[in-house]
Amino acid sequence: MSQSQSAQAQVAQAEVTHLPVAARQVGRLAQSLMAMTLGLFIVGVVGFSHIDVIHNAAHDVRHSNAFPCH
Amino acid sequence: MSTFRSIVFSSVIAGFIVGLIVTAVQQFGTVPLILKAEVYEKAAEHKHEAGAQPQVVLVHDHADHDHGAGAWEPRDGLERNLYTAGANILTAIGFALLLCGFFSIRSGATGEPISWHEGLMWGLAGFAVFTIAPGLGLPPELPGVPAAPLLSRQIWWTTAVLATSAGLGLIVFRRSMPAAIAGVVLIMLPHLIGAPELEHVATNVPSSLSHQFVVAVTLTSLVFWSLLGGLTSAAFAYFDRPASA
Repeated sequence: MSQSQSAQAQVAQAEVTHLPVAARQVGRLAQSLMAMTLGLFIVGVVGFSHIDVIHNAAHDVRHSNAFPCH
Repeated sequence: MSTFRSIVFSSVIAGFIVGLIVTAVQQFGTVPLILKAEVYEKAAEHKHEAGAQPQVVLVHDHADHDHGAGAWEPRDGLERNLYTAGANILTAIGFALLLCGFFSIRSGATGEPISWHEGLMWGLAGFAVFTIAPGLGLPPELPGVPAAPLLSRQIWWTTAVLATSAGLGLIVFRRSMPAAIAGVVLIMLPHLIGAPELEHVATNVPSSLSHQFVVAVTLTSLVFWSLLGGLTSAAFAYFDRPASA
């Protein structure tokens, strides 16, 4: 009896500790993906935008990074 | 500190430092070659203006869009270099955000903080994915060298980057024979399809200059990615300490 009680307590404790860990890992993944998307967006604007002003400002960087350029 | 904030902090700090260093390296490596090529480019334009028919679409088609009538451009000298520094810093921050995202997912899965050495390996992967693979089909080009239409090159460049990163991912993380073979095939695929190119390339930019430029771009990029991988991972390991999570 006391054994099953302690087993239940262990299960309950496992749930208590594991749930937030799982949630935190999902949150970590989502936040990582968000940061990566932001990074790709920045590189896209600096290196690939067809807007003249952005092209001219980043001209030497585009050539130096071998991004396709006019 | 939240994961997103740790990533952004590390990326901005590492990106700022790497962007500044690479700007300095470019002043000795790529920029002098770009300026030399622009002399040839401008000479070719004057010839065109004097009545000769342009035979191909110039990479720098000034009359159409850039540098030309209407569109703003930074003045040569300090202003141009300041914008180059700014664009380098932004590019470095952008790629650092990408690397840090991987670091965060990796250290979240393994429970170990990322080491500078593993960061360096990720940086070298970035070098392979973003410089070597697209550069095989579309070598770094100087101003004044004609090339296929911009959009088609951008699409091929992106395809090469995606295929190479997916291929390397399969090889490194799947650790099985079929996955490794699929990875190698995937890396080769965009090159078998072939990058868009012009049938006839006529330019007065000397080929020795173009060759020097390919070497300069590749070496500068190696410095960029090695530094970015190492510094970003060190910064992320610092900001993502468990105590501050």
